[in-house]
Amino acid sequence: MGEAVARSLKEMGNIFLLFLDTLRWSINLPFRLDLLFQQMERIGVKSVLVVVLTGTFTGMVLALQTFYATKKFGAETMVGVTVALSMTRELGPVLTSIMVTGRAGSAMAAEIGTMRVTEQIDALFAMAVNPIKYLIVPRVLASILVVPILTIIANFVGIVGGYFVGVVVLRISAGAYVANMEKYVEMDDIYNGLIKAAVFGLILSLFGCYMGFTATGGAEGVGKATTRSVVMSAVTILMADYILTAVMF
Amino acid sequence: MIEIRQLHKSFGKQNVLNGVDILIPQGQTTVILGTSGGGKSVLLKHIIGLLRPERGEIRIDGIDITRLKGKDLNEMRKKFGMLFQEAALFDSMNVGDNVAFPLREHTKLKEVDIRSIVAQKLEQVELPGVEEKMPSELSGGMKRRVGLARALALDPEIVLFDEPTSGLDPLLAEAIEELIIETHRRLGRTFVVITHDIHTAFHVAHKIAMLHEGRIVEEGSPGAFRRSLNPVVQAFLARDEHKEEKNERRQG
Repeated sequence: MGEAVARSLKEMGNIFLLFLDTLRWSINLPFRLDLLFQQMERIGVKSVLVVVLTGTFTGMVLALQTFYATKKFGAETMVGVTVALSMTRELGPVLTSIMVTGRAGSAMAAEIGTMRVTEQIDALFAMAVNPIKYLIVPRVLASILVVPILTIIANFVGIVGGYFVGVVVLRISAGAYVANMEKYVEMDDIYNGLIKAAVFGLILSLFGCYMGFTATGGAEGVGKATTRSVVMSAVTILMADYILTAVMF
Repeated sequence: MIEIRQLHKSFGKQNVLNGVDILIPQGQTTVILGTSGGGKSVLLKHIIGLLRPERGEIRIDGIDITRLKGKDLNEMRKKFGMLFQEAALFDSMNVGDNVAFPLREHTKLKEVDIRSIVAQKLEQVELPGVEEKMPSELSGGMKRRVGLARALALDPEIVLFDEPTSGLDPLLAEAIEELIIETHRRLGRTFVVITHDIHTAFHVAHKIAMLHEGRIVEEGSPGAFRRSLNPVVQAFLARDEHKEEKNERRQG
């Protein structure tokens, strides 16, 4: 038990050191925009569909659930604002980053892990190319940039999905639905959610890269690294979510 | 010239290198021979600065690589080309991009010139026109040829070979050995080959050194090495003869 705690603490320390290294190498010239754009495409563009699906259904189910709750005291017109606040402040960033963890964070761990166990990382070092600058910086920066953008998409489709269920299916007055949303949702709600999304992007990419970078022991090791990156990212994202919400409340 | 003095390295409680001393002469092929898991790869990774020793030094043209960091270490590494055991080609890139990689990272050459250098290097390893193939489409022997082409891309002063023939059938292994000899004849650079294969060692070496339990226990020309009275060397050579007899008996 004590050993497991010590190991986790050591791992957290190593991830923090990797974060510092990543910071240092991200301001090292020349900037590799080519690699950054390539990763933004892989992490961002290719996650759009899954984020749209997740966001839409989350918005829809939120509308159903809030309708059920608010109907009990005749406040059905609050469905829109509840959907919008839940999406922008909480579910947009959290679900988006969990989906990106599953899609792209795991791929980072698997790809970098495979490069580690097949000596491709050593080959980079041997060819005088720093793997942190070449592999990790573009992935981390791309994640910090694209997870908020994906969150905006999730927020939008979630609210549209909620509107569809609330207004079309449950017959709530469209005017009241939208008016309340406009009245009670503030820009700060959206900004808070986007700051969270950027932090989650940092977390999922650092864990993905770290687990891959430190993978050992062939294909099995890469598999373990991938699983660990997803589990640890997801847990850390949810913990960070509480802390950030408490701070920015 | 590479001078290694009193190199010590351990992983946890396991001592892998126990004071390695060796001179690797310039412009020749030096083979470091030893059993699998005997620290040969670890030694090679120290020479190119991928691992740091606890003690000892490795002087390359007088400069101790074990003390270099950051930019200086990177500049030093540009003097090297390394062929990894399984070639370590980047599997996200095709063969052409793999060979072009060091050129794109470290030179300001135009794309046309890079392409022509890549074509020339691939021709030298007897694989012309495979630029568009992905590493996963290549056999083990072809991967190593491409790995050698990539290692030679920047015309390095020192080329390191990590078990270049392991896992290949005897014919392919011999073809790779011929390629090493031919490349050396053409370039005349310093080659360092580590292997556990005695045939490879005697075939390509100007100098053979035997690494055993973390120390160099014998070194010399192939002829002198064969005549060595060192019991470790004799046991190693005898074991191989024994294996060959068994093979012949099985085939006969």
